[in-house]
Amino acid sequence: MREKPTQRRLRNRALGALLQLGLLLFASTSLAQAIDPLPFKDHAQEVRFQALTRELRCLVCQNENLADSNADLARDLRHEVFDLMQQGKSDDEIKQYLVDRYSDFVLYDPPVKSSTVLLWFGPLAILLAGAVVVVVTIRRRGRAAPVAVTDDKPNDEGDDW
Amino acid sequence: MSRLVPFFGFLLLVALFGFGIWWNAQHDQREVPSPLINKPAPAFVLPKLDDPSQTVSRDNLMGKPYLINVFASWCIACGEEHPVLMTQGKSIGVPIVGYNYKDAPEDAKAWLAKHGNPYDMVIVDQEGRTAIDFGVYGAPESFLVDGKGVIRYKRIGPLTPEAIEKELKPAIAALAKEPAP
Repeated sequence: MREKPTQRRLRNRALGALLQLGLLLFASTSLAQAIDPLPFKDHAQEVRFQALTRELRCLVCQNENLADSNADLARDLRHEVFDLMQQGKSDDEIKQYLVDRYSDFVLYDPPVKSSTVLLWFGPLAILLAGAVVVVVTIRRRGRAAPVAVTDDKPNDEGDDW
Repeated sequence: MSRLVPFFGFLLLVALFGFGIWWNAQHDQREVPSPLINKPAPAFVLPKLDDPSQTVSRDNLMGKPYLINVFASWCIACGEEHPVLMTQGKSIGVPIVGYNYKDAPEDAKAWLAKHGNPYDMVIVDQEGRTAIDFGVYGAPESFLVDGKGVIRYKRIGPLTPEAIEKELKPAIAALAKEPAP
């Protein structure tokens, strides 16, 4: 049985719409579960899982987080995190679980403690030291050369450096 | 004199840069320090490779020091390490427990049949679940466990002849001096 052109057009349009809808759905789910699908209880848990695994470092490819990494071990650790979540463990407990096994290295956000003081406050200390040097220099110049500057090139607005 | 200050600042930066290069050359940046050193080895129960119906637990191995060597047939660095274990494994004086990590048992058996078996016993962790408790993040890795079940030394990467002489053997010698448990 041959179909009329209007019928075909209608069918094509319906197919097109279905395809778009499908693509849209696919895109949104693939965004939500970046690498492997896990049976989350609800959306809130999934969001929590994504946030937590983003703060954890993949041990194999060390500049990637657990959420993004494709490494075998990263997948295992994601499953471990997922299982711990199902057991009702809090984010801090899960982090501690991994720190006990892999040291602070798994945390992208290193905790403040005696061995990381330099890491946390070193840049601030260097900044302060720089500020002190600048202040001292400016004061010394202000005191040393008040009138000695003879302006023979008045329009040269200090752009000779 | 004050003109030289920027120059000294520059020298300081050069020194810092040089120190950074030297430091990086001395240390493997990928090496994750194990928090398990001097802590009890995690409890485990794992099947034996040659007879999966039999299991081995941490408590079974308690009493005498042993070396756990994490290996897999897919692991290329394990292939480099293997001849070293074959020639020097017996000389370290403690049993070596092969820890077959995320491997198909048939592949592991074929690998050991082909290259030789330096292990006193081989246990299987196909899923890699127990390995997480040990903080394993690759193969090969080796753990020296003392008679009380405490991890005393960890080597990340292949055991080389130098590592055996300079690190592993002294660690084992230190265990021998301690009073028996």
